[in-house]
Amino acid sequence: MKLLDQKVALVTGAAQGIGRSIALKFAENGADVIFTDIREDERSQGLMAELEAKGVRAAFFAADASSLEQTKEVCNAVTEKFGRLDVLVNNAGITRDMLLLRMTAEDWERVIRLNLTSVFNYTKVFSSVMMRQRSGSIINMASIVGVNGNAGQANYAASKAGIIGFTKSVAKELGSRNIRSNAIAPGFIETAMTKQLSEEVIEHWKQEIPLRRPGTPDDVAKLALFLASDLSEYITGQVICCDGGLAL
Amino acid sequence: METILTRVQRVIAGKLGVTEDSVTMESDFIKDLGADSLDVAELVMLFENEFSLEIPDSEMEKMKTVGDVVGYLEKNMK
Repeated sequence: MKLLDQKVALVTGAAQGIGRSIALKFAENGADVIFTDIREDERSQGLMAELEAKGVRAAFFAADASSLEQTKEVCNAVTEKFGRLDVLVNNAGITRDMLLLRMTAEDWERVIRLNLTSVFNYTKVFSSVMMRQRSGSIINMASIVGVNGNAGQANYAASKAGIIGFTKSVAKELGSRNIRSNAIAPGFIETAMTKQLSEEVIEHWKQEIPLRRPGTPDDVAKLALFLASDLSEYITGQVICCDGGLAL
Repeated sequence: METILTRVQRVIAGKLGVTEDSVTMESDFIKDLGADSLDVAELVMLFENEFSLEIPDSEMEKMKTVGDVVGYLEKNMK
């Protein structure tokens, strides 16, 4: 018996990075996995093949998570094909790092739309599926910068702090329907997103981490597995840092 | 031809697991039928589907009893 046997999970923005690791971790643990990303390319095709190789049902949708219309289309297709959704991971996100002085309104709005409005879209649409089932686990990808702030990331940090408030509100609103809502706040995780940071910033962060190493996408995927599974059935409304102690 | 009340009763019975007979015009969703605020929001969406119309949030807030819903539908259905 695997931890996620009989469960159907959806991960947004999973073609690479943390989302990709979560999708694979879920499949390894028996879940059927649906994933989305903005476009179909060799990365999404590669992940699709890897998921299917694990012997679970898999599906990919090229969809813009910031579009409510496209989210509804994904939901219709998912319910038609899988009939239910047990785990939703709102992972899709981008950065547009810039000092506030130089940040354009477009940099701001784009990050808020892709990172925060997308969480609203998927949670709104798929929570009605979970309400009918009287069960579900929603996992939102926040960040420690949403807790502590970070120079040069006012837009990103605001979107991630928004996700935290959203996560707690949804936990209160849907708890009576046995739907849990938690946030993961990754610290410094080695992905394409953090590769964009300067050497200097990366070195500084590493020095600050009590466990003295950067995190991997798999570190985050293991926490997501816990939150997706029934091991965490009495845990909701929490923001769990996966950061080697960085936020301390 | 089914009356509006009959259709409303059927939707409520299906959603809340009560018998259709127990749903009267005077029934208060929360006090009499055991619904909570989420149930009421879901019921309003089911009424929108059943009667193919949109019920504004401002109207939803006024719907305390089955009679409130039937009254609104009678006024707003073509």
